[in-house]
Amino acid sequence: MTENGIGAAVRRKEDHRFITGQGQYTDDINRPNQLYAHIIRSPLPHARIRGIELKAALDMPGVVAVLTGKDMVDDGIGGLPCGWGVNNKDGSPMTEPGHPPLAADTVRYVGDQVAVVLADKRSIARDAAELVDIDYEELPAAASLSAASAEAAPAVWEEAPDNVCFDWEIGDAAATDEAFASAAHVSSIDIVNSRLIPNAIEPRVAIGEYDSGRDEYTLYTTSQNPHVIRMLMGAFVLSIPEHKLRIIAPDVGGGFGSKICHYAEEAIVTWASKRVNRPVKWTADRSESFMSDAHGRDHISHAELALSKDGDFLGLRVRTKANLGAYLSTFGPAVPTYLYATLLAGTYKTPAIYCEVKGMFTHSVPVDSYRGAGRPEACYLLERLVDRAARETGIDPLEIRRRNFIPRDGFPYQTPVLLEYDSGDYHACLDKCLELADYKGFEKRRAESAERGKLRGVGLSTYIEACGIAPSNVAGALGARAGLYESGTIRVNPTGSVTVLTGSHSHGQGHETTFAQLVTEALGVDFDNVDVVHGDTGKIPFGMGTYGSRSLAVGGMALMAALEKIKTKSRKIAAHLLEASEDDVEFVDGQLRVAGTDRTVSFGDVALAAYVPHNYPLDVLEPGLDETAFYDPKNWTFPAGCHICEVEIDPDTGVVEIDRFTAADDFGRIINPMIVEGQVHGGLTQGIGQALYEQCVYDDSGQLLTGSYMDYCMPKADNLPNFEVTTNTTLCTHNVLGVKGCGEAGTIGSTPAVINAVVDALSELGVNDVPIPATPERVWDAIRTAAHNRAVSA
Amino acid sequence: MSITVSFTLNGEPVSAEVDNHTLLVEMIRDQLGRTGTHIGCDTSQCGACVIHVDGRSVKSCTMLAVQAEGADVGTIEGVALNGKLHPMQEAFREYHGLQCGFCTPGMIMSALDLVQQNPDPSEQEIRQWLVGNLCRCTGYQNIVRAVRAGAQAMRS
Repeated sequence: MTENGIGAAVRRKEDHRFITGQGQYTDDINRPNQLYAHIIRSPLPHARIRGIELKAALDMPGVVAVLTGKDMVDDGIGGLPCGWGVNNKDGSPMTEPGHPPLAADTVRYVGDQVAVVLADKRSIARDAAELVDIDYEELPAAASLSAASAEAAPAVWEEAPDNVCFDWEIGDAAATDEAFASAAHVSSIDIVNSRLIPNAIEPRVAIGEYDSGRDEYTLYTTSQNPHVIRMLMGAFVLSIPEHKLRIIAPDVGGGFGSKICHYAEEAIVTWASKRVNRPVKWTADRSESFMSDAHGRDHISHAELALSKDGDFLGLRVRTKANLGAYLSTFGPAVPTYLYATLLAGTYKTPAIYCEVKGMFTHSVPVDSYRGAGRPEACYLLERLVDRAARETGIDPLEIRRRNFIPRDGFPYQTPVLLEYDSGDYHACLDKCLELADYKGFEKRRAESAERGKLRGVGLSTYIEACGIAPSNVAGALGARAGLYESGTIRVNPTGSVTVLTGSHSHGQGHETTFAQLVTEALGVDFDNVDVVHGDTGKIPFGMGTYGSRSLAVGGMALMAALEKIKTKSRKIAAHLLEASEDDVEFVDGQLRVAGTDRTVSFGDVALAAYVPHNYPLDVLEPGLDETAFYDPKNWTFPAGCHICEVEIDPDTGVVEIDRFTAADDFGRIINPMIVEGQVHGGLTQGIGQALYEQCVYDDSGQLLTGSYMDYCMPKADNLPNFEVTTNTTLCTHNVLGVKGCGEAGTIGSTPAVINAVVDALSELGVNDVPIPATPERVWDAIRTAAHNRAVSA
Repeated sequence: MSITVSFTLNGEPVSAEVDNHTLLVEMIRDQLGRTGTHIGCDTSQCGACVIHVDGRSVKSCTMLAVQAEGADVGTIEGVALNGKLHPMQEAFREYHGLQCGFCTPGMIMSALDLVQQNPDPSEQEIRQWLVGNLCRCTGYQNIVRAVRAGAQAMRS
């Protein structure tokens, strides 16, 4: 390992600009002569637009234009496309209604875009919006899964009168039925996976700029994947050829999946900038974020686990309804299907699995990826169910898991639900986590808590994650409408420094550091002489961006492939300079050396020779040292691990306090342990947020009740523990570094660990379920209800 | 109505024409071009906009620009002196107290006020102090470590 190479906890390159206030986020950008856009959003969940009166707003000084859905229709603007098509059980395609960026005749959720006001100042645009008179004919609405599934529920779309977008299945129903027929015991559970709002602290921003002289557009936007936005918006919405459209996503203040989607506002400002021939800037305020950023999760499921008399899992049957919102977001249909049900094997060798998923339209914000995206939903369901089965059969929760784990020598393991796991050691993660958590000391701590009148519980979960959806052709056969590779360029500059161009996008993950470590390790170039560029389609080759914990496992491997090309070419150049055979030249500490001799040339001299090719094999080799690779993985990667949570509950108030939280994760090879640990901390916090604090709530009329930080409870510094985290590594078998990915794992395993701990703490009172979030009110209610039931039955 | 507001920003006199409803954070970002102070919410919860006014931390989205007339205002851009990072900034970097960096200026400004009032804060005191600063990336653990380390460095 070199000092700043693979495995070193290198301090981050990007930090200097952030800690000194010199980051450049999209809202920090202002373009000359720009206008400010204010989006007028529907205050109603479902209504027909009978008319829009603009005159008073247009008369206001400083207002330049007010544009509506009708203007978009007149300009031939297309709908926001969906990037993943899912088929029904009978093979027919899902119902795929249009998604106009500005609604022209009907609004379908509170927050749906209706018009945009363009003015010289933000405050004028906002004030003028108040003067736009929209005549709505209010229609009945159904914002929740239960309301949209009810008989005679209002239909979000005429073409889906029962609100079902798709009715999808995976697995072998007959084999699963057989497993249940032979079961000694069946455990079942009803699970509500609550709806969440991602809440990156940077609100979304979009600035559109049209250059009429060149007929070119630039969009500055808060995106995790600028090339994807360019492709979707250019090809499907605005009909702008890609060479005329540049997308810049500079420093982005967190994404967590919510900045993957192609949003209406991106298209609106880009289109409007040409209409008025001035740059147009839109900045969401937080209230808009709550009602327009894609939401996450929101499932209702019934699941059953068939067990043998010894506690072996024989079969798993799951029925899920998933809320898709009013429109299909960019990857909305993929999340509750291919990113959810394919993970239902978890870490277990359950031989038969069958899952049906109904994707439902509702009058709510579109639902899409939120950290984990489908995988937390699968893990929460499975790990709650396994714990329940343990309790019902009297088998220890550790024992039931160990008995059913895919064994160490069981890899590669083909699950009954599509995926083939390449590597893992679930026993080792569990054992390591138990030790770090001092699991053996739990009963002593429980007794101490009891002395203080508190209820202590311990819960665990073991999880599997699938990162880096791949390969592209398989994903395409499953409905993906995009490739799932990544690009990487290693540009060695004439004096030997290196510029890295990556199609991945960093919005907190520290790619500028991690990717530089790969280069330092491979070429021996000083860490400070490597810079990473991302987020600008004008600078980097076409890339797919960052989501699904793919950046290192896919983007990093593209860079490794490009580095290999650089090394190969460098050896050729060095062989020429050293008058040796190429096969004899090796890389050693930033030098190229003829093996077994002291004849060397520095990498810097090789670079100079490549760009000043005076002494250079020009007859057989091109000048320059600049290589690009596209990498399409052979398989997903499969991080896994174990999380253990200990809670203490005050039975008088229902307040749950997390006293200890321990994670042992297998991420494959780790490039920067400091960054990985930070990713785990953040992931755990978001999973704990779902378990105890966060929930998006619509009322029965379809109004969003949790529309601000006063109503949506974000985890804060004083309601979290210090996490104990460790890793146990097995290498991925199908990429050159053996890396797996770490971005979402914390969110996946933590929610069930917390709730299993809460249920454990309350089990002596007869409680066997607590909904998420387990707020004090709900915990208190569960305690009282159990006491009541005990009294009634006594 | 347009009003001229003047104050000292990071030791330099500044002045700008603002509307009477202009928020201090808007004046700092839009008129004075210091974009290190961020806006993350519209209800004074997130703390991304924390700055110092007359030596105390305030949420600059919760003050009107006109209220800062004549004040001594400090933002993240003024924390490093002559190109040398402040120990609190160093600590955030050293302890990986930031990821996307968006909440970071507010966190640092808030932490500096804490340490000014309590030079040796306990972990619990730091956690309680920071409830008005939301971070979605870090889970706060490394922020708390950074603030403790920054406080220690400031004492020595």
